[in-house]
Amino acid sequence: MSDTTHDGALATSKPPSDDAGLSPAELARKYGLSVSGARPSLGGYVRQLWGRRHFIMAFSRAKLVAQYSQAKLGQIWQVATPLLNALVYYLIFGLILNAGRGMEKGVYIPFLVMGIFVFTFTQNSLMAGVRAIPTNLGLVRALHFPRASLPISFSMQQLQQLLYSMIVVVIVAVAFGNYPQPSWLLVIPTLALQFVFNTGLALVFARMGSKTPDLAQLMPFLTRTWMYASGVMFSIGTMLKDKPAWIADVLQWNPAAIYMDLVRFSLIEDYGASNLPPHVWLFAVGWAVVIGAGGFVYFWKAEERYGRG
Amino acid sequence: MAEITQGRVPTVIADEVHIVYRVNTGSSGKGSATAALSKILRRGKGDAPGVRRVHAVRGVSFTAYRGEAIGLIGSNGSGKSTLLRAIAGLLPCESGKVYTDGQPSLLGVNAALMNDLTGERNVVLGGLAMGMTREQIKERYQDIVDFSGINEKGDFISLPMRTYSSGMAARLRFSIAAAKDHDVLMIDEALATGDRKFQVRSEARIRELREKAGTVFLVSHNNNSIRDTCSRVLWLEKGELLMDGPTEEVVSAYEKATSH
Repeated sequence: MSDTTHDGALATSKPPSDDAGLSPAELARKYGLSVSGARPSLGGYVRQLWGRRHFIMAFSRAKLVAQYSQAKLGQIWQVATPLLNALVYYLIFGLILNAGRGMEKGVYIPFLVMGIFVFTFTQNSLMAGVRAIPTNLGLVRALHFPRASLPISFSMQQLQQLLYSMIVVVIVAVAFGNYPQPSWLLVIPTLALQFVFNTGLALVFARMGSKTPDLAQLMPFLTRTWMYASGVMFSIGTMLKDKPAWIADVLQWNPAAIYMDLVRFSLIEDYGASNLPPHVWLFAVGWAVVIGAGGFVYFWKAEERYGRG
Repeated sequence: MAEITQGRVPTVIADEVHIVYRVNTGSSGKGSATAALSKILRRGKGDAPGVRRVHAVRGVSFTAYRGEAIGLIGSNGSGKSTLLRAIAGLLPCESGKVYTDGQPSLLGVNAALMNDLTGERNVVLGGLAMGMTREQIKERYQDIVDFSGINEKGDFISLPMRTYSSGMAARLRFSIAAAKDHDVLMIDEALATGDRKFQVRSEARIRELREKAGTVFLVSHNNNSIRDTCSRVLWLEKGELLMDGPTEEVVSAYEKATSH
């Protein structure tokens, strides 16, 4: 390999005598230059992300605050929006359709509200993930940072949004006679696991969405189907009473249903363990680990390709 | 390291760089949804339907050395900015490679800032986006605000950026972007924005950054600023490197070519 064209055919700047015979790659090696925009190792990537943790946090907070900054009531909407949402669903599913199917009102309303908020958490993280790269292409093409910062930051934003919603959840739970007790603490590991799961999901869809932005158009249909199959407004067990038990089990093992049921189980006194599928914690941890780690690796594998037009 | 024995140390090496944009054109120009559908069904060779390839940079090779200030000239759409982004590792190359010493950075933070946030928060967000630590930002915060001159007409820094005039916003953006020192610095035209007073200040700041940086790339349509700043110029046309040489030689050739 004796390639002498390292300066192009028109090179007029005096070539350095010793390096004249070297090919670009050899020259780069000699001076210890590295390939620009190459993908770091997985460990290096995690370190880079850790280095950017303040950016990830600041970006998610900024997005959250910017959302309502033009409204007169400002940040009050963080709580008012989920509250109004809960009211609408109660009106339709609780009063008009009577989807509770024999569940007492004191159980059904908190059941419904928790289902909606917990599912929305996953749904919104997923949607934000799909759009993470296409809507921030300007940022990706202007600055260096591990691209996973974007989907992670967006699911962080959804987590903060959920924490506001949890204020409504607590109000509703107490209003229907469920008072704080030790089991409420189970909400913390449940939501932590769900957050890991959501982030993994957002990472997977961020990679797919960066290649095929059309996915954003399909997602609403997918998430709606998922919502109806996960028992957000009704109890899967009661609905499928006369079907073989494994169907209900399979539906209840889906991650959205798992995290919803665990939150309900922790907060609603009369929503006992009989409503949970077998091995529920195993599945809660399993989904988080598999999708969280898998999604991260899947996203990292295409790191050098994000930002291509 | 061999650097001591060598006079000229390469900092950026571009080796036969090709960059292709793939643009989703929806239903590829003419025709309705049905036309788009039939296109999908027909499945031509090569790229997916509704995608057009734009070959923006075609086989550019050069080596930049430490201490050089390199200007990039060429008509609009000749691939200058695209090439800069590829050097920075922000745009993946279709083929060929770019080798760099350290992490080159593009001067600019526009995309990270949010109009609905206060200037204050944007300073922090922009700094973090550029990879500064919270301590570094805290340290330079006052300098950034003072440099931008945003607070000269009252306490504007605590108002959302959408309330700023376009000149004020541009000044704040520049001040944030210029707050960090870089090894390989790339500047993409029209940076000296704002009123005359601010232009003078920002030109001085660019000069300061240039002195600290190992290698500087400058994209500009202003031949005078290229003459002032650069020792070497690359002339790009239609994505190809037309000329590479000392500033005066290349700029006069460029002026001759564009004058008629």
